[in-house]
Amino acid sequence: MAAMTTARPKSGPSEGRPSVVQTFLSRHGGMMPTFAAVAILILLFIGGEIFLRGDFIKPLTISNLLINYAYLLVLAVGMTFVILTGGIDLSVGSVMAFTGMLGAKLLADGLPVGIAVPAMLLGGAAIGLFIGILVQYFGVQPFIASLAGLFLGRGLAFIVSLNSIKVEDPAVLWLQSTRIKVGDWVITPTGIIALITVAIAAFVLHLTRFGRTIYAIGGSEQSARLMGLKVGRTKIAAYVISGTCAGLAGLLLTAYSNAGYPRNGIGTELDAIAAVVIGGTLLTGGRGYVLGSMIGVFVYGTIKTIINFMGAEQAWMQIIVGSLLLLFIVVQRAIVARAEGRR
Amino acid sequence: MTAVYKHRLFWPIVSLITLIAINAIARPQFIKITMRDGELYGPLISILRESAPLMLVALGMTIVIATRGIDLSVGATMAVSGAVALTIIDGSGDPGNLGTVLTACVVALLVSLVLGAWNGFLVSVVGIQPIIATLVLMLAGRGVALLITGGFITTVNSEPFAFIASGYLVALPFAFLIGVVAIVVMSLVERRTALGVLTEAVGINPEASRLAGVRSRSIIWGAYMVSGVLAGVAGLIYASNIRAADANAAGVFIELYAILAVVLGGTSLNGGKFSIAGTVVGVLIIQTLESSILFLGVSSAQSPVFFGFVVALVVVVQSPRMREGLAALSGRMRSRGPGARNDDKVEVA
Repeated sequence: MAAMTTARPKSGPSEGRPSVVQTFLSRHGGMMPTFAAVAILILLFIGGEIFLRGDFIKPLTISNLLINYAYLLVLAVGMTFVILTGGIDLSVGSVMAFTGMLGAKLLADGLPVGIAVPAMLLGGAAIGLFIGILVQYFGVQPFIASLAGLFLGRGLAFIVSLNSIKVEDPAVLWLQSTRIKVGDWVITPTGIIALITVAIAAFVLHLTRFGRTIYAIGGSEQSARLMGLKVGRTKIAAYVISGTCAGLAGLLLTAYSNAGYPRNGIGTELDAIAAVVIGGTLLTGGRGYVLGSMIGVFVYGTIKTIINFMGAEQAWMQIIVGSLLLLFIVVQRAIVARAEGRR
Repeated sequence: MTAVYKHRLFWPIVSLITLIAINAIARPQFIKITMRDGELYGPLISILRESAPLMLVALGMTIVIATRGIDLSVGATMAVSGAVALTIIDGSGDPGNLGTVLTACVVALLVSLVLGAWNGFLVSVVGIQPIIATLVLMLAGRGVALLITGGFITTVNSEPFAFIASGYLVALPFAFLIGVVAIVVMSLVERRTALGVLTEAVGINPEASRLAGVRSRSIIWGAYMVSGVLAGVAGLIYASNIRAADANAAGVFIELYAILAVVLGGTSLNGGKFSIAGTVVGVLIIQTLESSILFLGVSSAQSPVFFGFVVALVVVVQSPRMREGLAALSGRMRSRGPGARNDDKVEVA
């Protein structure tokens, strides 16, 4: 699986001296999908600029990406952890709906934010723990275990209330209504929270023992176990992180829409998975970057913005995201095939 | 007795019977079947009728899962199939004409076949993981369906089309009969020919079966095509039932329920051995459970919680850890028979 990195040093004397580009490609082959995502993002921006006659590339459009898709970014961060271990988490959309409802209900009952927000995060973490335990201790496939989580979250959201609950708490509304301006650039506290989440995730994944264990498990769970890494604990933690992120996304979405709505986030898990895959994380696990997932979310958001600008039907959104997903998977497939061929 | 107990369908059937029994005790009219104008009515008959779309989708899913795959796109395929059929009927001058309806259905099924073939191509030829390959169509398919209907809910008033879901034939709902035909055809093709064995071989070890001369690529491809067509039929039944093509609502979550039905029926998601009878029982369990939950006065929106716990319970019971635990437990109970002293030894060992 991790052929790219292991096959690096000895490219063979018979090939002669490889060019700079070749060296770069073989050293950073694992990053190629992420570079491709950046390229697509730039192309999208140029395309948008041309189609909309110079009205697209401006600070406001780019700022809006973070304002509108902060929740998706947080979901994608959590999803990256799970996918890096070689798993998948289908529950995030409905967990987000559930925690959003839970928070809105607690606030509507007069509880302070200091209780409601931790309750949302804990609610998400609890469902994540449930999935993680099913996966790790009972050997259930991640797909099915998180499917149970999906059903659970969606049903719980409706049990909290069948209708949407309005949120009037000033602290929660502040998260989205505050516009912090830096020149022409605008950011909301929700956007800042999302960026901080990305930063923490990047730090954890690349600079801590836990993060290395996550990559090791994705590369080969068997080897990771034989190396004495704490596989079980780490895998469960990945699902707990994803659940907690879903809880946080619930808070961001509640702030964004001023309400908890039990039908929120139907199909959002697929958007999050699509964003992570577009961002260059391999679904087989072990390779990918949380920053790539951020790019993936921006690609998703940019497509949606362009479609809105053009006034095209939303149906195209689904078709384009599906096609992009396909494109990226085929690219990844080719990269993996090349890497395996070289070994 | 142990043969019965050990049979793979023992637990699914026991669960189904228990569910029906609980329902029958809670409300005796549950098992009442009445005959009106030569047509059967009653809660059980409704369950059979309403289970038809899920039955078809789950049958296709069984074959796909047997090849170690999964098909997430069935809901989207249902939406496309319904959209195609209703757009053709709506566009024709004479919606009530049997010929029009038949043409519409055939075209819709052909489109579904193409969608299934597309999935099969991605999985068997390009070599993409099944979850992701079918995720593409799951995302894009609904968009296609929305484009076909132009973003609206296309409604038609066509008697022959409505017959698919609400008609009766020989005292039984027509939709149920479609399901029965699908079950019989699948069982015959998979179990009376070598195809079933070959499918299991592919699911257990694709590489080994290919080396043994099994044309695994064609078998995998075929499985997705079957799944596509069956989802197409399910889409027709769904559209006929509401007499409309609703691209957003048709077949939402059905892939999850279908997978659940397959797992409940004892087919492992790791591929290989599969049981069509098990899937049938699984579908009936889900439909009965849904009906019982509704009877309890729980809103259908809240019912996923029950299914969440059912999924968790089933997978935990089926898990190796639980089996080992149970085996150890029963072993200890048996050893307690002759003399309690053995206990210590067992535990030390």
